[in-house]
Amino acid sequence: MINAEMIKEKYVRNHPSPFCPGCGGGMVLNAMSRAVEKSGLEKEDVAAVSGIGCAAWIPSPHWRVDTLHTTHGRAVAFASGIKIANRDLEVMVVSGDGDCAGIGGNHLLHGARNNIDLNVLMVNNGLYAMTGGQVAPTTEHGEETLTTPHGNPSSSFEAAEVVKAAGASHVARWTTYHMDELIEEVEKAINTEGFSFIEVLAQCPTRKGKKEGMDGLDMLEWYKNNTSKEKDRDKLYVGTLADIERPELTQEIYRQIEGFRGD
Amino acid sequence: MSEKIKIKIDREFCKGCGICIKYCPRDVLDESDDLNQYDNHFPEVVRSERCISCRRCELYCPDFAIEVKEEKE
Amino acid sequence: MMNPGEYFIEGNIACAEAAMKAGVKFFGGYPITPASEIMNHLSDELPKVGGRFVQMEDEIASIASVIGSSWTGLKSMTATSGPGFSLMQENLGYAVMTETPCVIVNVQRAGPSTGQATKPGTGDVMQSRFGSQGDYEIIALSPNSAQEMFDQTVRAFNLAERYRTPVVMLADAGVGQMREKVTIPGEVEVEERKRPTSDEKEFFDTDDEDYVPPMPDFGDGYELLVTGSTHLGDGTRDTASFSAQDRLVRRLVAKIEENRTEIEDWEEHHVEGADLVVVSYGSMSRPAKGAVQKAREDGKDVGFFRPKTMWPSPEKRLKEIGKNSKVLLVELSLRGYRMEVERCVGSEDFYVHDRLNSLPTIEEVHQKIEEVLR
Repeated sequence: MINAEMIKEKYVRNHPSPFCPGCGGGMVLNAMSRAVEKSGLEKEDVAAVSGIGCAAWIPSPHWRVDTLHTTHGRAVAFASGIKIANRDLEVMVVSGDGDCAGIGGNHLLHGARNNIDLNVLMVNNGLYAMTGGQVAPTTEHGEETLTTPHGNPSSSFEAAEVVKAAGASHVARWTTYHMDELIEEVEKAINTEGFSFIEVLAQCPTRKGKKEGMDGLDMLEWYKNNTSKEKDRDKLYVGTLADIERPELTQEIYRQIEGFRGD
Repeated sequence: MSEKIKIKIDREFCKGCGICIKYCPRDVLDESDDLNQYDNHFPEVVRSERCISCRRCELYCPDFAIEVKEEKE
Repeated sequence: MMNPGEYFIEGNIACAEAAMKAGVKFFGGYPITPASEIMNHLSDELPKVGGRFVQMEDEIASIASVIGSSWTGLKSMTATSGPGFSLMQENLGYAVMTETPCVIVNVQRAGPSTGQATKPGTGDVMQSRFGSQGDYEIIALSPNSAQEMFDQTVRAFNLAERYRTPVVMLADAGVGQMREKVTIPGEVEVEERKRPTSDEKEFFDTDDEDYVPPMPDFGDGYELLVTGSTHLGDGTRDTASFSAQDRLVRRLVAKIEENRTEIEDWEEHHVEGADLVVVSYGSMSRPAKGAVQKAREDGKDVGFFRPKTMWPSPEKRLKEIGKNSKVLLVELSLRGYRMEVERCVGSEDFYVHDRLNSLPTIEEVHQKIEEVLR
């Protein structure tokens, strides 16, 4: 039976964590752990790759599977090497929005284009939080941040839409408010043979919330009140964005190798 | 034989974010007067008899700091 | 994979064949002149020997995929030239820090920047050692023939596995794209990485004399903590303490430095007590050696020294040479190896003949030898 005690015992290390009070990072860790447990995977068959930033610290060192904490933005590329080398591993990528969609944009695009069987959780707090709260590609136009003190002159993009357009098999968006749905979605990602991309809006009370007088709990309430499972003009859509079948890179590579084995 | 539900809060892990207090559907928890090193209030069990072991607190806690234990008497 | 025998092939092809012979099972790369032939050849041949080939979206992703693959236990490599090598520096440092065995072939070309893609140069020598940030040591090999593109590639894999480090093959366009006779042997000696014994838990520190910790695979159940941050022996990140930084970085440096006598390799002729020793490497060493032979035919006491490992440099031998002989460094670069050679042999009686874009005639180098001897 899945409960906090067994999840903590089996999956979690190095606690209390360095995450701020109310940070969504620990919630993502919880969701990932529960999804893996529910899916029936053995821990030793799971690998988690992360880049640089607060979200990258979710698996490393807190998650008790094989973890690769890499360089900024390159997690998808490292993960691709792991998956192609050993297709029996279930490979997760957990990194922030700046890491995945900013510096890592190119690798994210091509991972999706290749539809390589990775499970990417992009933990989106809308900022580069670890370094103080600088503007990110997911920051809204006009927003004041550490490097846009006069308002953000740039505009954001919907990373999930970009990944969908690039050809990922499975694209979804949730928030840390939607814990049950998030767990189910990660489980679905595990069972999908293709590039799974789950954008998880996760609260950063210290860099984002504080600017607006919100703590972690306030931000969770904001997620609840400003998202919708239906297409709603005024609210951010949460749920499935893509669910398609497309050739998957690892399978294609192994098909060719196996084709030669008979000779 | 009846079951006794005991809620365990780990004060070393808990950061006093208050999320469990809000998302308990049965108002089992409330802020204690004690403050932690972040100047946040720890949660404390104030209405343990109302707990139905739904484990929403466990689900939402970002710090693995709360556990609902069912003890058979 | 080619059967054992004698062939007339390009250095790049010899390199690719050697990699397969040495057991490479993963190649992640990106096209770039003058290295593409290595990748092109492996795209065809590697799947036939059960290896995984993937062309990645850029060189940063290429080396990242190689490092990821190596952590599943596969011998892994990439091949590039100057511009791609520059892109790879950050992740090369990551491979050093995480002690990930891998081979990076840099078929150097004329730089800086885009330079002359089809022309040889050896301007990346210092970069291969200092290109990434922070303090570290590297192993870099220098082949000077198509045969050495074979032999040194096998050695590169063995050194990478033996010392749990990235190894750079510093080839150049001359050696990479030259066709020569290459003998492919039946068997080659192949080394495997140190594996953990059953009760080992520390994969990022050791008290072993060779400074090399054991390395498990992803999937072995060790719940590995691999990180480019400074870390303790069990992989736990420690970005604050003096002791963690001091112990880790000193050991990483010592791992190469203290093992240099086993790693360093060179070719030397008539060096003992010579009036002048010509030092050269890579494709430039061919006319340089020819010029030395010509000078010796004229009765001059000239020796020849060719480093086969650029890093760690054969510093001890070079220092000995510098004490007794004039030294003439002949290189296809203005800044390639001269600082290191001058450091070892001393500034007095140290001469350089440099050339860019193409190899000189034997006569050109011979004239310089004559000049120095006067």
